[in-house]
Amino acid sequence: MATETMHINMGPQHPSTHGVLRVELDVDGETVVRARPVIGYLHTGIEKTMESKLYYKAIPCTDRMDYLNPMGNNLGYSLAIEKLMGIEVPDRVKWVRVILAELTRLNSHIVWLGTHALDLGAMSMLLYTFRERESILDVYEACSGQRMMSSYIRIGGLAHDIPRDFDKVVKRILDEFPDKLQDYEALLTDNEIFINRTKGVAVISAEEAINLSLTGPMLRGCGVNYDVRKAEPYSGYENFDFDIPLGKNGDAYDRYLIRLAEMRQSLRIVRQAIDGMPEGPYRARVPGVVLPPKEDVLHKMESMIFHFKIITEGFKAPQGAVYQAIESPKGELGFYISSDGSNKPNRVRVRPPAFINLGSLPSLVEGRLFSDVVCAIGSIDIILGEVDR
Amino acid sequence: MNVVLRAIGNVFWSMPKGLAVTFKHLFKKPVTLDYPHQKKPMSPRYRGLHYLERYDDGSERCVCCGLCAAACPADCIYMEPEENEKGERRARIYEINMLRCIFCGYCEEACPEEAIFLGREYEFSDYDRDSFIYTKVQMLVTSPRKDNPFKWIIRKVRRVYGVPEPSL
Repeated sequence: MATETMHINMGPQHPSTHGVLRVELDVDGETVVRARPVIGYLHTGIEKTMESKLYYKAIPCTDRMDYLNPMGNNLGYSLAIEKLMGIEVPDRVKWVRVILAELTRLNSHIVWLGTHALDLGAMSMLLYTFRERESILDVYEACSGQRMMSSYIRIGGLAHDIPRDFDKVVKRILDEFPDKLQDYEALLTDNEIFINRTKGVAVISAEEAINLSLTGPMLRGCGVNYDVRKAEPYSGYENFDFDIPLGKNGDAYDRYLIRLAEMRQSLRIVRQAIDGMPEGPYRARVPGVVLPPKEDVLHKMESMIFHFKIITEGFKAPQGAVYQAIESPKGELGFYISSDGSNKPNRVRVRPPAFINLGSLPSLVEGRLFSDVVCAIGSIDIILGEVDR
Repeated sequence: MNVVLRAIGNVFWSMPKGLAVTFKHLFKKPVTLDYPHQKKPMSPRYRGLHYLERYDDGSERCVCCGLCAAACPADCIYMEPEENEKGERRARIYEINMLRCIFCGYCEEACPEEAIFLGREYEFSDYDRDSFIYTKVQMLVTSPRKDNPFKWIIRKVRRVYGVPEPSL
């Protein structure tokens, strides 16, 4: 039977495009012939805004890129500036940062799990995962005062010291989470509908994944062992014992298994970090760059002067450029900052994992069925705030 | 044969396993709150609506130094200074545009007089944009708040700067 291809716009208001992604699809019957993601509906110019701000004022901008990974974004930017300025932070800061970054990974993965399962028809998953997310957001709120836009990790340390009952709250999450993960597995891992929708769907080969420079669970789903935490450890990750879960087939089901396994590894890291938390200050002492403690500002003249100078003029960074990558839940999140010696960055470039992983969408869905597009988009784990920036 | 085994496994093992999880939740206490009537307790560090603090003797803490406006990443604070009858500096105009504010808490951290704080109120809505420009009168508390989130208020009274005696 003679058929003709049809042009379909999926999105930007489609509920399973996770925001405002538009996919231009040419379909021949039920088969996708050509797929092209169209982005830019959520462009906020964050990189450019950061260039017009003093170094320390750009941190609230980073929160708003990947809004499920605020602590990770803060961490990446702060590490980049610390590298540029040559600041060494105290061990306690590193440990707290690791705990928060891993809790953020849990937060991002469970929201992914809920929304991805919702896309595929498992409604109750979303309700369960958002319940668990609440306990992580409570930790954010206790530390920073805000549930999503935390701005807690700062250049040279943290905004405040961790609250007194931090250990207790985090340990409660650690105790409760494995049971919840078992519930998720009981609901999905053996579920015939879920397996049919994900196994062998949105397949990508290891070679192609490397050529498309995919990172994170997308790459590890193909069996390529690359994780920034192991490859180039930052913030004291070399002190923790954890494994990198790897997949075999590179399909959506493997990515699901990897993310679940990563959550277990994150819990392992958090437990090690909370048990071995060193004592010490919550901020490095670098006069003229890092804000002095508030008590000193109120009582000592020098601290007061530095406080005023840092807040009004910022600090001047040496000329040069740095690149600092961290392993965000989606993949390698990199900050490239070039400095011309003034108190504002000359150029800030973010290497967003979701944006680069989204580039693999055509090769995931072309030649496959139309209904697999939803599964493919879901399994990439995109956050449009980060894709468009 | 394989297909039949899988179907049996499906009906008698994996599906009941999943349903057991949902069934278990029938007997659990709901985790949701009846929002306008019940409210979640906020963390002591919560960053909500700003307020301007006073000293215990009732005088204003803010001296209109402009450090909060300098620290603000969203540039939403505007102020103009004046002197009161005792010759002390204070703010004549102090405005925060709450629609521009991103509630990052930088002003609170910057303030060297411990005058501005972010409170725990988060429900403020209105019909027009002009009413979101909060003025000093709206933000200044009537008496010092006892539940101050940050206990770093150390100075209870205003610092007095006299003219130094000539040393001759």
